[in-house]
Amino acid sequence: MKTYHLNINNKAVRVEAEADTPMLWVIRDYVHLKGTKFGCGMGLCGACTIHLDGQPVRSCQTPVSSVKATGKITTIEGISANIEHVVQKAWIEEQVPQCGYCQSGQIMSAVALLNTNADPTDEDIDNYMAGNICRCGTYQRIRSAIHLAAARMKSESGSREKNLKQSSH
Amino acid sequence: MSKINNIHVNRRDFLRYTGLSGAALVLGIAPANADESVGISNLSLLEEGHSLSPYVIIEKSGKITLFSTRPEMGQGVYQSIPALIAEELEISQDQYTVKQTGGEKQFGGAQFAGGSFSVRSDYFALRKVGAAAREMLISAASRQWNVPESECYAENARIFHRPSGKSAGYGELAESASTLEVPANPRLKDAKDFKLLGKSVKRQDIPLKVSGRAVFGIDVEIPGMVYASVERCPVFGATLKDYDKSASLKVPGVENVVEVEKVFGVYKTKGVAVIAGNYWSALKGRRALKINWDYQGKEYFNSQDYAASLRKLAEKEGVVDAAVGDFDKGFAESTKKIEAFYETPFVSHSTMEAMNCTAHWKEEGKLEVWASTQVPSDTMRDLTGRYNLKEENVLIHTCFNGGGFGRRLAIDFIIEAVNLSKSIKKPVKLIWTREDDMQSGPFRPPTFSSLKGGISGDGKLLAFQHKVISPSIMAFLNPDFDKTKLDGNMTEGISHQKYEIPNMKNLFVYSDIHVPLLWWRSVTSSTLAFSHECFIDELAHTAGKDPMAFRLQMLTKASDARRVLQKLKEVSGWDVPMAEGRGRGVAQWEFFAGLGGQVIEVTRQSDKSVKIDKVFAVIDLGTVVNPDTVKAQVEGAVVMGITAAIKNGITFANGKTEQSNFHDNPVLRINEMPPVEVHILAEGGENIKGVGEPGLPPVAPALANAIFAATGIRVRKMPFDIDNLTS
Ligand code: FES
Ligand code: FES
Repeated sequence: MKTYHLNINNKAVRVEAEADTPMLWVIRDYVHLKGTKFGCGMGLCGACTIHLDGQPVRSCQTPVSSVKATGKITTIEGISANIEHVVQKAWIEEQVPQCGYCQSGQIMSAVALLNTNADPTDEDIDNYMAGNICRCGTYQRIRSAIHLAAARMKSESGSREKNLKQSSH
Repeated sequence: MSKINNIHVNRRDFLRYTGLSGAALVLGIAPANADESVGISNLSLLEEGHSLSPYVIIEKSGKITLFSTRPEMGQGVYQSIPALIAEELEISQDQYTVKQTGGEKQFGGAQFAGGSFSVRSDYFALRKVGAAAREMLISAASRQWNVPESECYAENARIFHRPSGKSAGYGELAESASTLEVPANPRLKDAKDFKLLGKSVKRQDIPLKVSGRAVFGIDVEIPGMVYASVERCPVFGATLKDYDKSASLKVPGVENVVEVEKVFGVYKTKGVAVIAGNYWSALKGRRALKINWDYQGKEYFNSQDYAASLRKLAEKEGVVDAAVGDFDKGFAESTKKIEAFYETPFVSHSTMEAMNCTAHWKEEGKLEVWASTQVPSDTMRDLTGRYNLKEENVLIHTCFNGGGFGRRLAIDFIIEAVNLSKSIKKPVKLIWTREDDMQSGPFRPPTFSSLKGGISGDGKLLAFQHKVISPSIMAFLNPDFDKTKLDGNMTEGISHQKYEIPNMKNLFVYSDIHVPLLWWRSVTSSTLAFSHECFIDELAHTAGKDPMAFRLQMLTKASDARRVLQKLKEVSGWDVPMAEGRGRGVAQWEFFAGLGGQVIEVTRQSDKSVKIDKVFAVIDLGTVVNPDTVKAQVEGAVVMGITAAIKNGITFANGKTEQSNFHDNPVLRINEMPPVEVHILAEGGENIKGVGEPGLPPVAPALANAIFAATGIRVRKMPFDIDNLTS
């Protein structure tokens, strides 16, 4: 057992764990955040996707010892306090989840996609999201929800710019 | 079907169960008489010795609780079932909380989700409960205000007096309403006044599922809980000889190593469980186990030999499923005759949430269980019987199911966890790895089909025969299963399509197997629709007819199946010719769960490969509760159907499952999903059909028929590789 100092959702967390323990189980069973899901344990399904310094990673393939103390971890619980993230809202609008089990991972991947590509095409979405399995088959709605979120982000940033311009006049 | 077991519950039991203190209006369903027709009853008027399933509780504080006996596994019942009550009760979705039942005797023996049954079985019964509560609240208000009931109406959880504008909340009226007689035949709302039913209202479980807040079985944590992982013999039918746990016990975090039994119907296996303070240590401890198994000669079992045995069995005559006219005569008289043999594989359910269960065996015969299960009632029945426990001492928490698809109709993983907790005397969370989940079964069984058909001189189907050769699911679930008789579950649908065929004789040949089998979304229709509807296509081409026209020609009478095909023809633009290299295929299927049909369009990529362009799906329901949920279910069924049609499936070698995880037993990914356009037929009436499954059976045959149209390749074996097609 070793002590690890982690930053999860902007909170400092201390855990005692074996060095090879995957972050998936650290997050779920040591830090008690259950939104991050176990799907395959082999990096094949994306259910366990979290962000490490803004990059999507598969937490089942990320040993706790590989995470630097300065590394910022974000889980589904950390993307908004009250379901107000634009991607979450789009997910509700399009009624994406069925069983819902894969959806934390889907949303974490979608947020990361939109951070790097503000206006993805269907093909961009397919390429980026192909690592996230949904056995319930919600893919068509995932595509439309990502487009919707992208459109909302654009109109929000558009109105922000407009506001800025107006206030500078 | 009555939903109620005639179990007696007294008022004290009930109040303890619900935790109610003050007076409240508690309405539910009770068997009205011995023939089990159901009536609505009111707790405060309940005679001693009578039972009640309380579906609505309105407390003085105004708090409204609605109960759902249907586990949520993605199909949307968390919204659609309580909405049946809420509609009639005139409350909106934010005015009540939903409580999932856990097999308690108050709610009877039919607490389950499966067979696409939930909404259609509850549709009228639950609306009546809501309507009765509404009428009692109106009656209470009219007495209180001393005005005629006809001047009062319910809206937004309040009763209003129209002339004066006076109003009272349901909570204020609950106590006096609870003393009133329950109306025997409350008036149900007219569909045109519906606010929730028939509307695409948002599901209340979705905010929980986009924020990581929904609690699935795997998410449950209880004080003092330990974790377990079990090594089971990969060879089906093997037994445990001996094992060495010393290395395992040295793994940091590991607390204990014990034997544990898993039971699935008549199928029992023993495994070795590693118990640890955290799951990762349990997994590492499991890897350090040294186990000797006795393979019992089962290590030679493999898929090739089993398939060969099914082909051999096809030579048997078999038992009759159904016969119409004289098949032999009709076949002999046919001008054109064809025969074909179709094969399908085993498949896994692969729910995203692998099997898991948290169990706490307590002192003095008490047990508490947390599980993602489709069958709370069966779980209660099994556990109380198996361990000889009193029902009031068993508490089952039905969690959100991370996918069901039939897999969670079995409770093998629950029994395994309970056995573990009983043996180590601690609360324990058992989590199967993905490999455990994919390799242990139970699997969807394969069906092989031998088909014959004859066309008359004027191009009509004169004689038809579908012989099914397969193992049986019931052989595992029913210890008295008779192998010599017809197992109608394995011939599901083949004799009940609406096609008017003058001479038909369908048959069944049973095949033994020791690999555990179970229902899988749309059960045997998921394989039989493929052989049946592809062969109908072959017959159409033999007759020189358009496959859609050929089918419609056999549906001269008005029927739902005819309507489905006509709708498909219209929405898919069937009669618009396609460009060279493109093709479309059609299939429809009617079975216990309902009725659906699809047209699939493909484009030839090379001589041997196609791309799936589009799926047009029609589902016939009669009545629809939430159209958007229905669309989602059909979209999902199409994805699952394509996976089953074109991805590996499960095979066996050396007695073991060959596949282990999503790399070698893949499911469809987002880049592989074609656009799916869903059309719902809901033209009223009482003939309500199911939602969750009918979207699946037409997928494989519509796709294979489209492949034939585009490439001339006739696919007769599932799975087929659309990038490398062979006939
Ligand atoms: S659980 Fe990590 S990718 Fe599947
Ligand atoms: S919503 Fe069930 S697996 Fe994606």
